[in-house]
Amino acid sequence: MIMVRHPAVPPRNLISVFPMRMPFGYPVAAGETAGRPERVRGIFTGGYHPDTARSIDFHERRHTTMDVLARNNVQISGNPSGTPMIFAHGFGCDQNMWRFVAPAFEEDHRVVLFDHVGYGSSDLASHSAERHSTLDGYARDLLEICRELDLERAIFVGHSVAAMIGVLAEIEEPERFGRLVLVGPSPCYIDDGDYVGGFSRQDIDELLESLDSNYLGWSGAMAPVIMGNPDRPELGEELTNSFCRTDPAIARQFARATFLSDNRADLPRVRARTLVLQCSEDVIAPPQVGEYVHRMIPGSELVLLKATGHCPNLSAPEETVSAIRSFLRG
Amino acid sequence: MAQPDEAATRMHEPPLTEAVEDDFGDLYEHAPFGYLSTLMDGTIVRANATFLTMAGRTRADLVGRVRFPALLPVGDRIFYDTHFAPLLAMQGEVREIAVELRRPDGTRLPVLVNAVVKPAAEGRPAVIRLSAVAATDRRRYERELLRERQRAERSEAEARHLAQILQASFVPAALPAVPGLDVAGVYRPAGSGDEVGGDFYDLFETAHGWGMSLGDVCGKGARAAVVTSLARYTLRAAGIRDARPAEVLSLLNQALLRERTDRFLTAAYARIHHDGAGRPRLKLSLGGHPPPVRISREHPSGPVGRPGDLLGVFDDPKLRETEVELSPGDVLLFYTDGITEGRGADGVMFGEERLRRSLEAARGADAQGVAEHLVDEVVDFQSGLPIDDIAVLVLRVPD
Repeated sequence: MIMVRHPAVPPRNLISVFPMRMPFGYPVAAGETAGRPERVRGIFTGGYHPDTARSIDFHERRHTTMDVLARNNVQISGNPSGTPMIFAHGFGCDQNMWRFVAPAFEEDHRVVLFDHVGYGSSDLASHSAERHSTLDGYARDLLEICRELDLERAIFVGHSVAAMIGVLAEIEEPERFGRLVLVGPSPCYIDDGDYVGGFSRQDIDELLESLDSNYLGWSGAMAPVIMGNPDRPELGEELTNSFCRTDPAIARQFARATFLSDNRADLPRVRARTLVLQCSEDVIAPPQVGEYVHRMIPGSELVLLKATGHCPNLSAPEETVSAIRSFLRG
Repeated sequence: MAQPDEAATRMHEPPLTEAVEDDFGDLYEHAPFGYLSTLMDGTIVRANATFLTMAGRTRADLVGRVRFPALLPVGDRIFYDTHFAPLLAMQGEVREIAVELRRPDGTRLPVLVNAVVKPAAEGRPAVIRLSAVAATDRRRYERELLRERQRAERSEAEARHLAQILQASFVPAALPAVPGLDVAGVYRPAGSGDEVGGDFYDLFETAHGWGMSLGDVCGKGARAAVVTSLARYTLRAAGIRDARPAEVLSLLNQALLRERTDRFLTAAYARIHHDGAGRPRLKLSLGGHPPPVRISREHPSGPVGRPGDLLGVFDDPKLRETEVELSPGDVLLFYTDGITEGRGADGVMFGEERLRRSLEAARGADAQGVAEHLVDEVVDFQSGLPIDDIAVLVLRVPD
């Protein structure tokens, strides 16, 4: 189906036809032949072929033709001949979440960082209401990056929801991933019978409300500047809170995809050697959830960090780095 | 009021401050905002009296015992962990974060929070300094705005849905099978598809063969849509009754003039029939519409048909008919100018030459393949957002 997200595409003032080829002039209602914009920027997420009555996601095509590395703002550093190590950020901010951790691996690894579509300096126009409504869509993005870089047996490090995105990608193309490091993973945030995820459905609705109240530097006035100039990110830099800035509609959708997901059944299908890094006091992924992930992924290791909160990559980078290092040595 | 000169102000400032505001303890405790210091993990180490009043807690309740996010409802707590704390760690400050303080009596106080990090120094750990300003009325107003925005979004979605339904009525849900021909149509609305356009096409069986139409109404929106529907169904009715394409277009012209609409349109109409050998042929008439393009081995490739006047303007438009032969392997493409006038990034039009090359490149594909290949190229050419509707109808004679 055809969908438009805010900010809406600027109003167009276009006429369909006109026959330069006709041998006479003709009257045209005012405004209808006014200049066509050079280029209309905005977000198009679907097309419709009524004759076949099927919906076509034009983005599917865009994803294959557009530069995947630009789409996800992929940044490569470190040792080109080292085992590749790809870091994925979680819900909320962007690849800067790894700024205290990733450099520690640059000597031995080819380090790959990226932004999920909709965050950081990714191409916002590539966000698809359809594709990015589930974690599978994000996992497909990740696999496309892996294919583009020809990654094999890479070490995947995913924080928060990105841990599950990595799990889904590993199940899909296991040859791409040698090891998984899951930092604060949760396969299901909502309590379900005996399973304790830590949240109720109402809690998640409250989160969505909280997101709606916190635009973090995103307003109707600024949005066109940010959206219209992906190649000139400096225009958006004066904005506050820029590491976590995104279109509220995208944030809400990623929040839904994240907190309403249930990937418990996927865990036993993981084949890669897996490390679960669990913080000792984490509201978002409580310790029993980390233990559950560890129990369900065959042969996985669990390390309980002294760090509290949900972001040991920021609050306790040394502890995080050393836990990952000893797992990679093992 | 007279402005005191700058030097005098500077001279008087210290004594004035000391005389009036020199109690830093009081400045801290009774500041007009809640003021809080926490460790990096959120543990509260100090709070001023204003904050305690706002939160409805005592110092003993909070200091050293509670992490700041624990005072927030669950949604805000997730937000704290996924946005607030990471931002503080990365940029050392956050501004204007809207959260609510949960009070022991069950009520909530909306606040706006700013915070800065005081880095660790001299053996002391880093501290987060955080101000909380009560924002009940402001937040209420923001919620109203938010509700209005959501209402506007719903209305917009409804309007878009209507546009889609209307749009879908401009082309048949499925094309009938025509003996000896492979046919396909593609319709792609302009831009993001939220505005109803004026392109249409049709293919239907009649007593004297098959009628096919493709056209483009001037303008967009509801008024253009009315004319588009009128055009499609008038051509259908006329085509079923009359075997002469020019006459069919002329009937549409009369219908348009009778409607007194200020919209004109261009249309191609053809009757498809079969010769003695069962080979498909077309009798074609053009009402101001770009001629269809034939790609052929046996016949000259290029535009076919003789130009005619556009419809809905003249009492007696000049309309002529052309007989078009098709041989095995031939492709005949009807299109609207959303194809040729699609503009690339540098303002260059897609044009007839690219159109011809696209058809050549898709040679060997079936009609659907040819149509989709062309539309994809035009859409890509316009960076995924075509400025005009696109309608194409492809007739192909299988080899």
